[in-house]
Amino acid sequence: MMLATPPVAVEKFSGAYESLVAGSSDVPEWLKAVRQQGWVTFSELGLPTKRRGNELWKYTNLQPLAAADFAYSIGGSVTVDQIKAAGPWDDVWNTVVVVDGKFSAELSNLHDTAGLDAGSLAEAISTGKGDIESQLASLAGREEYAFTALSTAFIEDGAYLAIADGTELEQPIQVVFVTSSDAESRASYPRLVVDAGANTSIVLIETYLNLSGTAQFAAPVSELFAGDKSTIRHYRVQMENETSFHLSTARVRQMGDTNFISTTFSVGASIARNDVHTLLDAPGASCTLHGLYMTSGSQQQDQEISTTHAKPGCTSNQFYKGILSGKSHAVFSGKVVVMRDAQKSDATQKDLNLLLSRGAEIDAKPSLEIYADDVTAAHGATAGHVDKDTLFYLQSRGVDEEAAKAILVRGFAEEMLNEFEPKALNDFVERITDERIPVLLQQSDTIGTA
Amino acid sequence: MLEINNLHASVVDIENSEILKGINLKVGRGEVHAIMGPNGSGKSTLANVLMGRPDYLVTDGDVTLEGESILELRPDQRAHLGMFLAFQYPAEIPGVRPWQFLKAALDSKAESRGEDKMSVRNFSKLFDEKVEAVGINPNLVKRSLNEGFSGGEKKRNEMLQLEVLQPALAILDETDSGLDVDALRIVAEGVNSMRSPERSFIVVTHYQRLLNYITPDVVHILVKGKIVKTGGPELALEVEKDGYQEYLEAAGANA
Ligand SMILES: Nc1ncnc2c1ncn2[C@@H]1O[C@H](COP(=O)(O)OP(=O)(O)OP(=O)(O)O)[C@@H](O)[C@H]1O
Ligand SMILES: [Mg+2]
Repeated sequence: MMLATPPVAVEKFSGAYESLVAGSSDVPEWLKAVRQQGWVTFSELGLPTKRRGNELWKYTNLQPLAAADFAYSIGGSVTVDQIKAAGPWDDVWNTVVVVDGKFSAELSNLHDTAGLDAGSLAEAISTGKGDIESQLASLAGREEYAFTALSTAFIEDGAYLAIADGTELEQPIQVVFVTSSDAESRASYPRLVVDAGANTSIVLIETYLNLSGTAQFAAPVSELFAGDKSTIRHYRVQMENETSFHLSTARVRQMGDTNFISTTFSVGASIARNDVHTLLDAPGASCTLHGLYMTSGSQQQDQEISTTHAKPGCTSNQFYKGILSGKSHAVFSGKVVVMRDAQKSDATQKDLNLLLSRGAEIDAKPSLEIYADDVTAAHGATAGHVDKDTLFYLQSRGVDEEAAKAILVRGFAEEMLNEFEPKALNDFVERITDERIPVLLQQSDTIGTA
Repeated sequence: MLEINNLHASVVDIENSEILKGINLKVGRGEVHAIMGPNGSGKSTLANVLMGRPDYLVTDGDVTLEGESILELRPDQRAHLGMFLAFQYPAEIPGVRPWQFLKAALDSKAESRGEDKMSVRNFSKLFDEKVEAVGINPNLVKRSLNEGFSGGEKKRNEMLQLEVLQPALAILDETDSGLDVDALRIVAEGVNSMRSPERSFIVVTHYQRLLNYITPDVVHILVKGKIVKTGGPELALEVEKDGYQEYLEAAGANA
């Protein structure tokens, strides 16, 4: 092989990593080892770039991220009112708040709910709660992936949720990861571990907010363990400011007869990449991965969705919708791998896009890798414009063109919005969508092409 | 109320595509006009041109409503003046609920006329009443507009909109096609109950049976983009019996 290109931007993070190591004599030895492994992996990889010929990053240009500088320090100051104003909130939910990567007891709103242990990841690590030692960075962090490796090198705190066997919770648990409003550009590594025991049923909302107007870099990593026969209704809301970088990873390991249903609402950030992987690791596991992304200006949004059918009789369903305007660029990369043993697997993939401008671009790549022979699979992707016949239909009833377009765009989003069931969450995503549509339409120039 | 003078129209972007070849028609206030004619003669094109569909280009002639030309007006402006088109093939609009959409339509009409918007409560009452009147399954109109509706359900939904919007000039393009007998009666009853000295109708149909229920004042035969004959209700009976052959031959000889 020829000389490899040197890893990109490693030096930007090395100072912070060294001071973290120097300043944490009291963390358990096993965590030190985990961090070190993360750092070694990251320093070999560096930030992914297009020119390193990495297929997974072919469509995402991280140049602006590599060119920026970020300070690292956890736990800035934020008020509850700021969080309530910026994101979804309901007092009856259990809400864990993490500020710049650090758990905040004052801002969190925790009720004494039987069967639920919700709080700080740092505390879970130092007191060795549950299976934290074997779980942390087991699904994400030891693989060859720059952002999970980087996040793993910087594990300090975050949120930890443990749900005791047999616990069924009606009310959602929200985890808010918020970047404080301080002026400087920071790096943060929001980290979440969810240990859902057997026969549990929970609703989990992950919310990413940004109170700052400056560019922030967040590399969130969530690891979810779904015990036998558990049901996790999962939501994810990404609302970073439009100069920020959001490179998230979610890894889910599903045991037998589990049901993981996830819906993502991704509208923020300058560059956002949501990398979700579900591992169907026992018979009868089923996952539904849905999402809605809306992009405008020069935003880049990348949904990397993958599911591995490792055992027989599992079902997966990936379905995303995108609304693109301006000169924005979105990627839907849906992947399903069906292993040799995973007979009677059922997998569907779909990505539907509404392009509102000529400058907007979508790369939709659903793909299937099948090694078993008894499999039902279907996939499809479309990119269309607002239909001129439907537009005329609405106009002929007296609705003016702008309002008619807004109705049609909203109609396109509707089925995804309907999935956000908790009332306060539904109100929130509907409000944000209604606020965004006029912005999208302002940058629109292709209405009426059939 | 409506006057069409020497109207010529073709398809935008297609050369030599003239479909309407000099239509003349006068619809007085309170009158019901039926337009009949063979497939492809231009009935839907006429209906759509009247409503301002951008796919068509008017190349000659004029259309006036209450003496004012409407050809420069956008479709929504025409609707605000009281025009309404019940489509032969209503569009399916996923994610848009009929209730919300009709409220938006009524609101924008009120706004354009400087009138107060109807309260949500009054609107809901009106809506529910009309849903019952046109015999649509109430669960259906909670869903997406026309998405997954059967042919007949779509037509009933057009009637629902017609009855809620209460236009001054309603153009019904084959609203009776594909309907069962009950639905046909509902359409006829709807039209008859709305019939008033203030409101005019243009009813495009292939079938005499609708005209058994709705007695038109005037019947026009449209062939190859021209009105070739105008008469009273008896004209519809004649066509039912003899077909369009003689008109087609005459039009063919003239062409
Ligand atoms: N947008 C269009 N583009 C191309 N051709 C068109 C268009 N609209 C109408 N035409 C053509 O013009 C002619 C008249 O069509 P139109 O739909 O008006 O007929 P019609 O009288 O309503 O017929 P039917 O009884 O079948 O409904 C047909 O030959 C049709 O194919
Ligand atoms: Mg027709």
